Amino acid sequence: MSWTWFHRLGSPPYIYGLARRLTPWLAWPAGALIVAALYGGLVLAPPDYQQGDGFRIIYMHAPSAWMSLMVYTTMAVAAAVGLIWRIKVAHAVAASCAPIGASFTLAALVTGSLWGEPMWGTWWEWDPRLTSELILLFLYLGYMGLRGAIEDAQRADRTSAVLAVVGVVNVPIIHYSVTWWNSLHQAPSVMRVGKPTLSTAMLVPLLMMLLGFTLYFAAVLLVRLRAEILNRERSASWVREVVGT
Amino acid sequence: MPELPNSTLAATAAEPRTTGATGEGTSVLEAARLVLLRDLTLAFRRRGQLVQPLAFFAIVTTLFPLAISPELARLREVAAGVIWVAALLASLLALESLFRDDAYDGALEQYALSGQPLTGLMFAKTAAHWLLTGLPLALMAPLAALSLGAPAGAVPGIVASIAIGTVALSLIGSIGAALTLGIRRSGVLLALLTLPLSLPVLIFGARASELAIQGASYVAPLELLSALAVLGITLAPLAAAAAVRISLE
Repeated sequence: MSWTWFHRLGSPPYIYGLARRLTPWLAWPAGALIVAALYGGLVLAPPDYQQGDGFRIIYMHAPSAWMSLMVYTTMAVAAAVGLIWRIKVAHAVAASCAPIGASFTLAALVTGSLWGEPMWGTWWEWDPRLTSELILLFLYLGYMGLRGAIEDAQRADRTSAVLAVVGVVNVPIIHYSVTWWNSLHQAPSVMRVGKPTLSTAMLVPLLMMLLGFTLYFAAVLLVRLRAEILNRERSASWVREVVGT
Repeated sequence: MPELPNSTLAATAAEPRTTGATGEGTSVLEAARLVLLRDLTLAFRRRGQLVQPLAFFAIVTTLFPLAISPELARLREVAAGVIWVAALLASLLALESLFRDDAYDGALEQYALSGQPLTGLMFAKTAAHWLLTGLPLALMAPLAALSLGAPAGAVPGIVASIAIGTVALSLIGSIGAALTLGIRRSGVLLALLTLPLSLPVLIFGARASELAIQGASYVAPLELLSALAVLGITLAPLAAAAAVRISLE
């Protein structure tokens, strides 16, 4: 079996070109899916029998929360790949993931808070989901802070990669300890997102939104990755050819 | 120094070569013991610094009666949380110096080059850190607890929870301290990295202390705390050693 395709994935010019070619193939379906899911979720889906139209914020909240975890996992896998096989492009992927993941986490927190106000009567509830989401935001901020604090690019890559891997081991522990802590102090939360109790008309737009957000993440990741690669390889000759100066 | 793939094998070899502090003939355990003793000796030569986290702990626990209320009944409700947050912060405060001096004078580099598994040496350094901060904090916690209105019967539970919890805190902190090596003014960053990872310890530790204050059985959270400490013992030195190696590249 030939491994050239695998080795090419480690080459910055190849990845740069690949990212440029792939971006429209991800961005257009992402946009179409999100628009369709918004129509399905905000117009076609029936109002919830308990929450009325208030539940519709789920179409932003749940996919954001889902993405916040998925981006962290992607970041940690990329960081581990970079750490183990010393692939520079993998570190660039991890570096590009962090701000996107932090944005999704912030979006999940804000929409959760907006949802909590009419449903729970408070902007912030120490609900286990919200709390672990907040901690995830701190993990992202710590990762970006550490990366920013180290001047040497290679050391920044490898040090922050260790942190990402340590963090991914801790995320489940944090999540379950927060859930456990919460179950002792207050009744379980009213909402059960993603359980099959959701009717089909509500569920289909949610799944479309999820897929749309995933594709959107992939597209944004590739755009950021190109910028990251250009910045890292700014003294390489191929960059001069690509940028055309 | 030659890079020997050193292990206990080398130590049990025919000719026992006890060359020096971390020479090739020394077993991992022996090297770790020497690192531990070195750190303890150095710390006891600067007793002033040794007392600082304890004084910090005492001051933070004093702040709460002043800020909340001097009524013991009200303080008793928050006592477990106050003690645990103060212990967490005091342990964090002492972390910055865990590797800093050794990185500064080159000792850390010597450890990495000694041919001994760096993981074992990191574990020894973290153990010394726990003996110098965690254990004294656990011994001081009853004083704080009693002054916050906790009953005398709660003392064993509080001491046990702080003693076990600070093991996990020292280990998590050793990763943070290793990651921030070589960064100037790393204090705030160290807190940002370490505190989110420490939350499970805080949750179970405060829960155990609270149950002890209420006079209930605190075995379950204490067991979870011990599980976290064991997990830390197995994994944290690996991560800390990896981070130290990267910082020396």
